[in-house]
Amino acid sequence: MGEQLATADILQKYGTGAARAETPAQPWLESLRTGARERAAAAGLPTPKQESWKYTNLRPLEKLAFGPRSQDQIGIDRLPNLLPQGQSARRLVFVNGQFRADLSTRAALPEGVRAGSLANALAEDGAGLKDLLGRIANGDGEDQAMLDLNTAFVSDGLFLHVAVGVRIDLPIEVIYLGTAPREPQAFHPRCLIAMEENSSAIVVEHHAGIGGGAYFANHGCEARIGERAELRHYKVQAEADDAIHMANVHVEVGAGGVYDSFALTRGARLSRNEVRVRLEAPGAECHLNGVYMLRGDQHCDNTTAIEHLAPETSSREVFKGVLDDRARGVFQGKIVVHPKAQKSDGHQLSKALLLSDSAEMDAKPELEIYADDVKCSHGATAGDMDPDALFYLRARGIPEATARHMLIEAFLSDTINSLAAKGLCPALMSSVGHWLSDAATGDAP
Amino acid sequence: MLEIKNLHATVGGKGILNGLDLTIGAGEVHAIMGPNGSGKSTLSYVLSGREGYEVTEGEVAYQGRNLLEMEPEERAGAGVFLAFQYPVEIPGVPNTTFLREAVNAVRKYKGAPTLDPMAFLKVLRAKIKELQVPDDLLKRAVNVGFSGGEKKRNEILQMALLDPSLAILDETDSGLDIDALKTVADGVNAMRAPDRSVLVITHYQRLLDYIVPDRVHVLAHGRIVRSGGKELALELEKTGYAGFTGEAA
Ligand SMILES: Nc1ncnc2c1ncn2[C@@H]1O[C@H](COP(=O)(O)OP(=O)(O)OP(=O)(O)O)[C@@H](O)[C@H]1O
Ligand SMILES: [Mg+2]
Repeated sequence: MGEQLATADILQKYGTGAARAETPAQPWLESLRTGARERAAAAGLPTPKQESWKYTNLRPLEKLAFGPRSQDQIGIDRLPNLLPQGQSARRLVFVNGQFRADLSTRAALPEGVRAGSLANALAEDGAGLKDLLGRIANGDGEDQAMLDLNTAFVSDGLFLHVAVGVRIDLPIEVIYLGTAPREPQAFHPRCLIAMEENSSAIVVEHHAGIGGGAYFANHGCEARIGERAELRHYKVQAEADDAIHMANVHVEVGAGGVYDSFALTRGARLSRNEVRVRLEAPGAECHLNGVYMLRGDQHCDNTTAIEHLAPETSSREVFKGVLDDRARGVFQGKIVVHPKAQKSDGHQLSKALLLSDSAEMDAKPELEIYADDVKCSHGATAGDMDPDALFYLRARGIPEATARHMLIEAFLSDTINSLAAKGLCPALMSSVGHWLSDAATGDAP
Repeated sequence: MLEIKNLHATVGGKGILNGLDLTIGAGEVHAIMGPNGSGKSTLSYVLSGREGYEVTEGEVAYQGRNLLEMEPEERAGAGVFLAFQYPVEIPGVPNTTFLREAVNAVRKYKGAPTLDPMAFLKVLRAKIKELQVPDDLLKRAVNVGFSGGEKKRNEILQMALLDPSLAILDETDSGLDIDALKTVADGVNAMRAPDRSVLVITHYQRLLDYIVPDRVHVLAHGRIVRSGGKELALELEKTGYAGFTGEAA
């Protein structure tokens, strides 16, 4: 257990920038926050003594002293581009966790789709969200202090609801900007997604920093994927160099439903993506994929936990990373196959390319299998760039730096190109390209 | 074109080349034959600049320049081409992309304008037709899952595209069927020109029926132990290397 903080301290330390006052008082919401706050205070920040935080130390977070809320003036011209114009159904922009209607688009969405600010949804229809918010991401389970911290300050973020049978092809684009022009900032965006039966949607999150500065983005997300529904949940994390990024994603998948996620990490000094999926009914499926590219002293932790709770459920995971300088990558993948989950399969792969002797990769697969008729596998590799391949390219006249870039892109590209939402691959590959060209200009964090 | 003097080289601390001398004039085709492990591939790697192949003595002049001082990519840019005995598989890099990068990199060295993807594709189409390379090999990742013969054809395709001044073919004939052997030989013969030299490493006299060499050398224990005209290959076919390895040991 981490050092215990008094409730008041937690509030003071991490809550100063949170937008609590702006949501109308609702007793259920207040008690949700209070409960989480108390749990977070009792637990304290996770420490490496806890098994699921063995490789990730939050000391840099403890060292930050957050100031009162301050924001840069951000005009629409400063929004980072990921998806080309016209390639999203709607673009929602959050600055330091708060919805900015002025930066967002208001394009009409198909009937049955609600996509907007959670704060607005709470203001308009608080009672309607009472049974959704905090139900799946509820703080139960091991070491959930970061989620509790998020819930303690829940106020705004993405709210997406897709009604029975409604399918939208263009992605909902969510841009989360962090900015700390004066003192460090802390914010806790919460994303709530409900996909009803037979619905489908794509959510693309783009996390970026504007104007530098240290900030702590502590995301919480919960998604319910109904029967035969599909959610593609893709994310590009390109936070500011001094940022700390945490994401706690909790998903429940119904019969024949698909949760397909992808996380590209190249920003923040310290980050963790924690994704917990419950495959609740027969035929439920999840694909958890990611690539990360780190240099300098960056640290990125991808932690996943998949529970196979019903027969014929399946999970696929591929995480690939490139680590340069003193960067450190962590992959923890837990797969639990419960006794009822016969004829299920779970496959997991972690691969890291180490570009420097000081880079480090820690991979910890954990398979717990309580059913006999299942297929599970895992694999983890970490190694240097293939010197034979590098020489072959150079022997054909390709300069060494270009050859290295080609091999890094090649290493990451199959994970990106095999994503289900094909249309997003070029944008994601160009994000890889950005990271590579940062290296060329010596712009290491 | 190429002048190698008293070349000594080690791999992993082990001496492999032990005072090798070889001179290849412009426009000439030379063949090197020799027993397994005698240092033929080592020579080809030293000439193309592979890491781990340390030259401890001797010198190599290529077109009057000190070849050993140049990076592998500079050597390629200056017109040195090695067809690998074991071409390397590179998952994730499409063959066409690789070929275009290589062609444009070498064009840059030569001061020629680079080709845009459309222009390159035109050049590529013409070459694969000429060399009878299956279309399908272009879309796949470099050498990945290629058959032995397909890999060798891909090497020859690269040679034809890069238009080298000195081509070193390390057992390009091994693993080729008879038709492919003819195609490869035709490809090499088509490149024979007064300003281009070829070094063919082979175990089989048969290839030399198609690519007729000006000189044949026997490499044993890391040095050239005998040189002669094309008839030397025929003699070796009959007698084997026994006589040479003995005297060099
Ligand atoms: N990395 C290495 N470490 C130690 N010895 C090596 C290494 N690479 C090659 N050798 C040795 O160097 C010697 C020459 O190898 P080389 O590949 O040049 O032979 P070759 O003449 O091309 O043989 P082949 O006809 O079988 O292709 C061999 O004895 C080989 O085992
Ligand atoms: Mg050899």
